Amino acid sequence: MSAITLKSVKKRYQKSLVVHGVDVTIEQGEFVVILGPSGCGKSTLLRMIAGLEEISEGEILIGGKVVNDLEPRERGCAMVFQNYALYPHMTVAGNIGYALKVAGMKRVQRDAKVLAVATSVGLETFLDRRPGQLSGGQRQRVAMARAMVREPKVFLFDEPFSNLDAKLRVAMRSEVRRLHRDLGVTSVFVTHDQTEAMTLADRLIIMNAGKVEQVGTPSEVYHRPASRFVADFIGSPAMNLIEGVFDAHGFFNYGKDGRLPVDLGSRMAGRKVSLGVRPEAVRRAQPGTSGAIAATVDYVEELGASRLIYASNNGHQIIAVDTSSATIPTGSQLHFTFAEQDMHLFAAEDGRRIDTGIADPRRSSSPANDLTIKA
Amino acid sequence: MERRAFYRKTSLPWLLLAPQLLLILVFFYWPTTQALYWAFTLEQPWGGGNSWAGWDNFISVFQDNRYWSTVIRSAFYAITATALSMAAALTLALFADRALKGTKLFQGIFIWPYAIAAPAAGVAFRFMFSPEAGLIGAVNQIWPGIWDPSTNGFQALGMVIVCHAWLGIGYNFVFFLAALQGIPRSLNEAGAMDGARPFRRMLDLQLPLIAPTTFFLFIINIISSFTDSFGLIDTMTEGGPIGATNVMVYKIYFDGFKGLDYSGAAAQSIVLMLIVIVLTFIQFRWVERKIHYN
Amino acid sequence: MIERSRTFDIITYCVMAIGLVVVIAPFWVVFVAGSQSLQEVSRVPISLWPSGHLFENISAAWTRTDLGPKLVNSLIVALGVTTGKIVLAALSAFAIVFFSFRGRMLSFWLIFVTLMLPLEVRIVPTYSVAANALGPFQSLLDMTGLTGLIQSLTGIQIAMSWNLLNSYPGMILPLIATATGTFLYRQFFMTIPDELVEASKMDGSGPMRFFFEVLIPLSRTNMLALATIMFVYSWNQYLWPLLITTDRKNYGTAVMQLKALIPAQNGTPDWNVTMAGALIIMLPPLLVVAFMQRWFVRGLISSDK
Repeated sequence: MSAITLKSVKKRYQKSLVVHGVDVTIEQGEFVVILGPSGCGKSTLLRMIAGLEEISEGEILIGGKVVNDLEPRERGCAMVFQNYALYPHMTVAGNIGYALKVAGMKRVQRDAKVLAVATSVGLETFLDRRPGQLSGGQRQRVAMARAMVREPKVFLFDEPFSNLDAKLRVAMRSEVRRLHRDLGVTSVFVTHDQTEAMTLADRLIIMNAGKVEQVGTPSEVYHRPASRFVADFIGSPAMNLIEGVFDAHGFFNYGKDGRLPVDLGSRMAGRKVSLGVRPEAVRRAQPGTSGAIAATVDYVEELGASRLIYASNNGHQIIAVDTSSATIPTGSQLHFTFAEQDMHLFAAEDGRRIDTGIADPRRSSSPANDLTIKA
Repeated sequence: MERRAFYRKTSLPWLLLAPQLLLILVFFYWPTTQALYWAFTLEQPWGGGNSWAGWDNFISVFQDNRYWSTVIRSAFYAITATALSMAAALTLALFADRALKGTKLFQGIFIWPYAIAAPAAGVAFRFMFSPEAGLIGAVNQIWPGIWDPSTNGFQALGMVIVCHAWLGIGYNFVFFLAALQGIPRSLNEAGAMDGARPFRRMLDLQLPLIAPTTFFLFIINIISSFTDSFGLIDTMTEGGPIGATNVMVYKIYFDGFKGLDYSGAAAQSIVLMLIVIVLTFIQFRWVERKIHYN
Repeated sequence: MIERSRTFDIITYCVMAIGLVVVIAPFWVVFVAGSQSLQEVSRVPISLWPSGHLFENISAAWTRTDLGPKLVNSLIVALGVTTGKIVLAALSAFAIVFFSFRGRMLSFWLIFVTLMLPLEVRIVPTYSVAANALGPFQSLLDMTGLTGLIQSLTGIQIAMSWNLLNSYPGMILPLIATATGTFLYRQFFMTIPDELVEASKMDGSGPMRFFFEVLIPLSRTNMLALATIMFVYSWNQYLWPLLITTDRKNYGTAVMQLKALIPAQNGTPDWNVTMAGALIIMLPPLLVVAFMQRWFVRGLISSDK
């Protein structure tokens, strides 16, 4: 078990930079998920930790030791691959035990260990089968067992569940959690699925276009997104985001003639921003409520416990979560409002979060110093 | 062909490649370069000095009428044998692709000619076509003297071509069948839904869709008719009667090894090599484009 | 097959039956004629039914062309070419596909180009190289002036020579010096997912271990296909052994004997013996193809593209 430290790690392919200087420390025993859209460099980062990809610049330390020039086998990491990467010609037992065989472990010892690990993931009856004779979920388990058997210092997961169906994915997720709880091994998990990320992670690293956008707990990332990208990327349905400008009279102006009474004082006057409100924070209001936005209902998506109202105002789409049971006909006029503490502001120039100074009662204890406006 | 995962070693890959590279350098690149050298020099047969001859060897080859008739004969041979063989194989493949009961057995047998050595087929066909023996020769009983490939050059050439075409059936069949089976089932089903009958679908769907394979096979067949014809001709006609079945490879062999005209044979080899290279090039271009389609 | 059309089914069977006759006729004729007596085979028109003289004809052909040692020679050449090819092809394809090194593309193209010119096309120069396989190295030394240098320094004149005429290496090596197998292996290696390489790296195995424990077992089908192709190819060689062996008695191959089996112009037309001999000579590759069909069809198709 070891901490992993990345010091301005960069990856360059020919001339293009795919990972732009990442600085992160992953604590010993922590479960960290790297989340981002495809092509953001998250897999590359993971593979650099594994030693499968050369590090163009910077340093990676595992357990306090620089591993840049170590072979994968010398780094003490085990990895679960996206398509399992099982050896098709070996049995389940052969697959799980291969690393031990390469390491020169005696057969008797090896068999005992393979059996123990296989039992812990429920594969003990499949040891003589070949990967081709297993279901997707079982293959996934073999891949995990193969990683576990070496008792690694670090577990690496490269989108391991992307080939499974939705139900299995949920099951494997809790299995991975259980595994981590039992073994307490430092784990790095790469995914593009935010639900997977939110449910698994102690902390998230959110990446976009080769840069780290935010590092934080799932709750921090959700409630205080550090950038417009994170705000948009995390949460389903996505956050409502409207581009506009603050004026000196306490209004936020957007679109052709949209105005919202948001008074943030003179320091924001003339500032171009994106204003964001999560759909679950948008509330319906009585007509005539001051500051309410009137919008026409385009359609309503029924989700069972709640529903999503898609409405438009001034050419801007507004999504709201509604839990009432009233009928909402398409084309009808609704009014929406939101609390000021639910509002997120992001600078137009760099997309970074702008602290509004409005206290959020739900998170009043959380320190605000980790998110500062980048000038 | 780029891999994300590979090994970074400097000497190991060379060690792995060494035997293969050494062999092709000694038995491919060296001789090919040698042929170029000889083609432009005049050499005493099997050793002795050689003097620079420039284009003389080529000129004397090209000025030889017999050479040109060999070239034309080779082209005729190549095209007719290829067309015959491919047409037969394609027909068989189209019907074998229908996967009726027992087709597997037919498919297995249709490949057999691939296994046969050209001279073995040559001997068998020589017997079948022998004017004295009782197969094709039986027609001489009815019309005396009508069939005699040992004196009739046209019949001799036809006999060799038929044999060559037969030999190629197995190889062509394998490729045609694979190409046909590579056509998505749904396409054929869509054709059937559009009301096309089986024969119609063959013409409108299957043939156009296997066009890349057809072209690929065409080139391969042409090349093999230059190269594999030796064994056939040597066992069936030895180039006769009066040179009627003398094709390029046979002439090279004859001029070089029997006539000991090394430089002339080298010049002829160069011409043949160029033809084969051009054909291979066309083929590679086409295969590339085909990959693009898929 | 989509719809049931009786007439079309009948046409299908008819065409396949005709095809069967066309394909099988020569085999049948060889077998039938090989089993007949001299009188039977000389009958016009000939009977297309086998007779009972197959074994005496075979033994006549056997002694006439000394077939025993010739078949052994053929087998040595075929097995030599097949194993040599498989080993070389697997190694070189492994280097080209799984290593990143300077000169990788150069080696790739050097090997690739050899596909262009079959042995028959470059028969004349290849023959002269076989007379001294070390000639290229001698010329290299001569050209770079090393021979003269060494001679002036040590007084020893370097004269390398290795005559391959009338030798198994001479019959085998030039047939291995092509790219067919390398490409078959390359095509196969390219389908190995990157993750498998990485998984083995994570498991701690190096390149050679990966080669022997993962790649080789995985490419078994591929190997069988290549073995079939190369066996047929080398057994059926005619022109090359004809040139390289002047000592027919000791180094002749079975296929070379076919011509000797043909009845002489004015001799006895004992085609029955010819056919019995031909039957024996063409049987080994035919058996190999028939038994290995499943694998070899797959290999044949990927090797040429």
